[in-house]
Amino acid sequence: MVLIPVALLFVFNYLPIFGLVMAFQDFQPGLGFLNSKWVGLDNFRTLLYLPDFIPALRNTLLIALGKIIGNIVVPLTFALMLNEIKNKIFKKTVQTVTYLPYFLSWIVLSGILINFLTQGNTGNDTGFLNLILQNIGLIDEPVNFLGDKQIFPWTMIISDIWKNFGYNAIVYLAALTGIDPGLYEASAIDGAGRWKQTWHITIPGIIPIIILMTVLAIGNILNAGFDQIFNMYSASVYETGDIIDTLVYRLGLINQQYSLSAAVGFFKSVVSGILIVVSYKLADKFAGYRVF
Amino acid sequence: MDKMKTSPQRKLFIIINGIFILFIMIFCMVPIINVLAQSFSSSHAIVQNKVRLWPVDFTTSAYAYVMKDAKFWNAVWVSVKRVVIGVPFNMLMTILAAYPLSKGDHIFRARKYYSAYFVFLMIFNGGLIPTYYVVSKVGLMDTVWSLILPVGVPIFNVILMMNFFRGIPEALEESAMLEGATDWTVLSRIFIPLSKPSIATVTLFSLITHWNSWFDGLIYSNFTKNYPLQSYLQTMIVDTKSLIESGDVADLISSLSVNDTNLKAAQIFISIIPLMIIYPFCQKYFTSGLTLGSVKG
Repeated sequence: MVLIPVALLFVFNYLPIFGLVMAFQDFQPGLGFLNSKWVGLDNFRTLLYLPDFIPALRNTLLIALGKIIGNIVVPLTFALMLNEIKNKIFKKTVQTVTYLPYFLSWIVLSGILINFLTQGNTGNDTGFLNLILQNIGLIDEPVNFLGDKQIFPWTMIISDIWKNFGYNAIVYLAALTGIDPGLYEASAIDGAGRWKQTWHITIPGIIPIIILMTVLAIGNILNAGFDQIFNMYSASVYETGDIIDTLVYRLGLINQQYSLSAAVGFFKSVVSGILIVVSYKLADKFAGYRVF
Repeated sequence: MDKMKTSPQRKLFIIINGIFILFIMIFCMVPIINVLAQSFSSSHAIVQNKVRLWPVDFTTSAYAYVMKDAKFWNAVWVSVKRVVIGVPFNMLMTILAAYPLSKGDHIFRARKYYSAYFVFLMIFNGGLIPTYYVVSKVGLMDTVWSLILPVGVPIFNVILMMNFFRGIPEALEESAMLEGATDWTVLSRIFIPLSKPSIATVTLFSLITHWNSWFDGLIYSNFTKNYPLQSYLQTMIVDTKSLIESGDVADLISSLSVNDTNLKAAQIFISIIPLMIIYPFCQKYFTSGLTLGSVKG
């Protein structure tokens, strides 16, 4: 019975991997794989001279790194704070509300965020966030969160944290409730205060899950979030906002440079593949986490 | 413990902490509430930028307009089709793969090779262009199957199910086998009934993924009439410029007529109603989903 899924994976996942040979060809859809000319590593050489490639690689790493750090620190802090709340209904409500954005697609969230963050150009269509910031006196002029190339990567990192922190906090909270309450009682008898308890019991208690989440994130360092960036970037922020995946899309499906695009994809697949293997090995070693 | 609870610093901490959390929760919702308020406001109030967190000149006309928008409902229909066929298909494939893979090497000799076959795909993939090429060569373009078959076997879900199946005591299966049960009977009478929680988890994963996917619909459809809802929203809300580039005049005109902020907002909120209904029930499943993914090493 395993043969049906195996066959399906062969067609839609393994064939495309064989299709990566087009990265070593001057692929013409009319000629197919067999008749297209082989060009060796030419596409990869072209890539290095492509003005967009190195910036896209750099942007990918920076944005992904920002997201990895933020998506660990913010939900962890939030979970620690939420863990101090004793009122069950309040706690549950906060959780349910904050993890709503996790379930919404980046299409919906982009629609909402573009509206919320817009700088406005007529003076009468300024987005709500700019209005709030102006009202409390933090800024004088509306900020161009989506169109300013210095700010755009931060907008991506922060909005990604906004989408995910509620869900990630639930994961950490589950780990926090798993800590043996006896440890807290014993330390209280020994005279440890709240801060000491947090530092010496709570934090060490969730270190394994922190390590696990960090290590598993390493495999995603080349995934800076296509769905999000594709729907919010524009030509004015390509310099700091273009990532590998958006470059693959523009090269391949807009400019029809199949081979060059596949070469970028091949590069990404190989690097990600190595990182995933390394991260799973580390996760197994440090946290005893095994998927297979 | 009691002594610390009554200390004034502790009380102050609890209050500040509570207020801070309340503030974060409200701030999280502000963008969503702002757009929700716009969806119930008149175009006039929106043009004057008066809408904050509460509708101004309350009206449901934006929703009434969307209700009559045949293109919107066509996209909803494509999405419903993809969910109704795609989710059970995902579940069938997941179970068919997870059951044999959960067996020990002594029963299923070639297991190692099969699991390597699956795991390899978690590590390596062909990427956008070759996958696109395969889907178009197989002749799936502009069919609902292009949204179902390429994502037909969700490998992560297979692993979740496999780990759950492994937790089922082998004795149950052995005694059933002694009575002459086949693998199919064991699967349908023992494994599936015992795995309801993890089947629910995986079904939710699959449902949300199918409902929220947009990119496949965008690239595997040449005609906008084949777009599922999220792809349709992408072109309507986020990317009106692509319609201008594609030169599809009829689409362009209709997109300009729904270009009002409140209409976009109404479309967004109609599209998330199904998720709003199911998501509060997801919490326990999603946390168990994460723990299911790990094997005690």
